[in-house]
Amino acid sequence: MSAFLTILRRDLRLAFREGGALGTALGFNLVVVSMLPLSLGPDLNLLTRIAPGVLWVALLLSALLSLPRLFEADHEDGVLEVLATAPLPLEMTVVAKALAHWLSTGVPLTLLAPLLGLMLNMELSAYPALIATMLLGTPAISFIGAIGAALTLRSRRGGLLIALLVLPLYIPTLIFGISALDASSLADGNVSASTMILAAITLASTVLAPLAAAAALRMQVG
Amino acid sequence: MALSGWLMPALAAAAIAVIAVGLWLSFQAPPDYQQGHTVKIMFIHVPSAWLAMAIYLMIAVSSLGLLVFRHPLADVSAKAAAPLGAAFTLLALVTGSLWGKPMWGAYWVWDARLTSVLILFFLYLGLIALRSSIDDETLAGRLTAVLALVGIVILPIIKFSVDWWHTLHQPSTRFTATLDPVFRTPLLVMALGFTLMMIAMHMKAMRNEILRRRIKALTLRTVERAGQSAVVPGAAG
Repeated sequence: MSAFLTILRRDLRLAFREGGALGTALGFNLVVVSMLPLSLGPDLNLLTRIAPGVLWVALLLSALLSLPRLFEADHEDGVLEVLATAPLPLEMTVVAKALAHWLSTGVPLTLLAPLLGLMLNMELSAYPALIATMLLGTPAISFIGAIGAALTLRSRRGGLLIALLVLPLYIPTLIFGISALDASSLADGNVSASTMILAAITLASTVLAPLAAAAALRMQVG
Repeated sequence: MALSGWLMPALAAAAIAVIAVGLWLSFQAPPDYQQGHTVKIMFIHVPSAWLAMAIYLMIAVSSLGLLVFRHPLADVSAKAAAPLGAAFTLLALVTGSLWGKPMWGAYWVWDARLTSVLILFFLYLGLIALRSSIDDETLAGRLTAVLALVGIVILPIIKFSVDWWHTLHQPSTRFTATLDPVFRTPLLVMALGFTLMMIAMHMKAMRNEILRRRIKALTLRTVERAGQSAVVPGAAG
């Protein structure tokens, strides 16, 4: 457990002190969201209606940006080989790294979302539900993304390829993230079926994705 | 190779014969009382969609075979099947959208079945792209196998999408019950023909891949031998 926490703490410290990664993701999110009103016209009613979808898609794209770095730096300097032969199972290492990715990308992006919601004229009453569903769904993005990052470690077009491999796998998260938002803004207080499915996707990816990612990593460092 | 050498042309000939009969039956079939002649798109659309899913299942089984039993032929099978699967998925999507225009009034509808088949198409593209982006062929095969196994979650979603979400695409046809024999017979014949065609094409693609690997191995050995014979006089002199 202490090895797990050490990796988690190390990756978080690297993510925040390295700079750039977090700032790029937040800046990219801001730019994507501000492009849409420019292309669709500044009709406030339309923006209110499409705001949740826009925020979710922008969040997905921004989270993709930092995924290639998940294993790349450790692969380059050989740390990954040490981690692969360490007593801590590689699966748990992947969990720690994906969790660090979520804490350093998913959570900040979620916290930025209400601010961007203001720009899209989103209703204030929808904010708690927006933040709750995003916090529930973003771990799945990091964990499923870890599979893509592990698979493309040695490929020649890493960054672009991750988008092609991982975005189709994100579609269920996106669909249920948005339908959970619709449902929860209608019936406040009740947990809707979509919210439960969203939670199920997150839990299943937390358990299953590290297995696939660790298997892919072992083939490349062993 | 010896077996597939005579089996492949035989299967190809059988596929051509069965598809010819199927097409003849399709043109003989009467127009539907609601859909008119457009109902005949079904004879292409449904077999393509079946094969799109069946090929993914075959790739997943091959991938499991590669990862668990390390059988080299499993990798050849998975590699040869991916472009075929992508082609049949595209065929299902295109014929479906041509059928959708007169029936639903739009070429594309964001319905659960259509969307999940589109994801399947993206998965096939991902398999092909991942394999082509890694230089080491053995590694590429094994990583692609991992991706194929991850992607298998989409198959039950496609299969049951019409039952879980009641959107535009009609639910699965229960053959014996709801489909009239005048449509059922050509559909089954066409499905058989398409399957034979797929097996023949897959076999041909596998043979090509095996030959390509043999040529590569032979070239490597020739280069190695040339290198040795070049070194020996140098060492002696």
